Amino acid sequence: MARVVVDVMPKPEILDPQGKAVTGALGRLGYEGLTVRQGKRFEVEVAGEVTDERLVEIRDAAEKLLANTVIETFDVRIDEV
Amino acid sequence: MAPKIGVVTFPGSLDDHDALRAVRIGGAEPVSLWHGSDSLNGVDAVILPGGFSYGDYLRCGAIARFAPVMEHVIQAAGQGMPVLGICNGFQVLCEAHLLPGALIRNERQAFICRDQRLRVESVDTTWTSAFAKDQEITIVLKNGEGRYVADVDTLARLEGEGRVVFRYLDNPNGSLNDIAGICNERGNVVGLMPHPEHNVESLTSPSLDGQPFFASVLDFLAAKV
Repeated sequence: MARVVVDVMPKPEILDPQGKAVTGALGRLGYEGLTVRQGKRFEVEVAGEVTDERLVEIRDAAEKLLANTVIETFDVRIDEV
Repeated sequence: MAPKIGVVTFPGSLDDHDALRAVRIGGAEPVSLWHGSDSLNGVDAVILPGGFSYGDYLRCGAIARFAPVMEHVIQAAGQGMPVLGICNGFQVLCEAHLLPGALIRNERQAFICRDQRLRVESVDTTWTSAFAKDQEITIVLKNGEGRYVADVDTLARLEGEGRVVFRYLDNPNGSLNDIAGICNERGNVVGLMPHPEHNVESLTSPSLDGQPFFASVLDFLAAKV
């Protein structure tokens, strides 16, 4: 089994209220100068080999379902264990 | 015969029964539609109700958007059938790209539940023709992810084409341009975050401002026949 990771992040121009709340909490805990944006990580277990075609397919799936490209960007990569 | 208005039930829909009830009070025949159904059962209009379809997992509306019945809703919408998305239904319409933009978490992270004042910006839709332009109304609002966002070009297009249908009078959630509801180019698909189906009876609501939604679509369907 191979693993492909899809990272989804809110676009820079989209306000990220969750990241902002976490940033505020870090400041209150005394961690200075840390700004957080919060996204999602999907770990996709792939049956069989991860070929280029398979990656294209997963990228397609990410664009269709895992991310909403109106508000989010995504990145697909093979997870080297 | 009264026109039939379908209300889709997704796993996690909450306000489907209120919507069915509002349809009945409005004078149409309510028809329950199942998310897994392969047909719209001959309805004349469709409502996607509020709730938390699929637990709002992934993103609000993102999974419901791929329900089998949605294929038929998208097709019918393209042919001009009136479709109204309320709250979660609005989110589903955006995920399905029947309406542009997206709904994200409220600016201040809080779930908002209140009687919300709105201004009707467009009466040129199948769901708002019974209102007066610029009429100020009060409709129940209750959501955690109701902040409307879209890129600059999309916003300019919506404004330019008069497709902002409802605007908040005191923006509760940081929605861009105070947008509470929008429509598609043709005006047959409308989505809004507030819940008109809760404002149809004096016993349970402070205003009856939800009634014109149903009067509008009935006018439209009557004129069509």
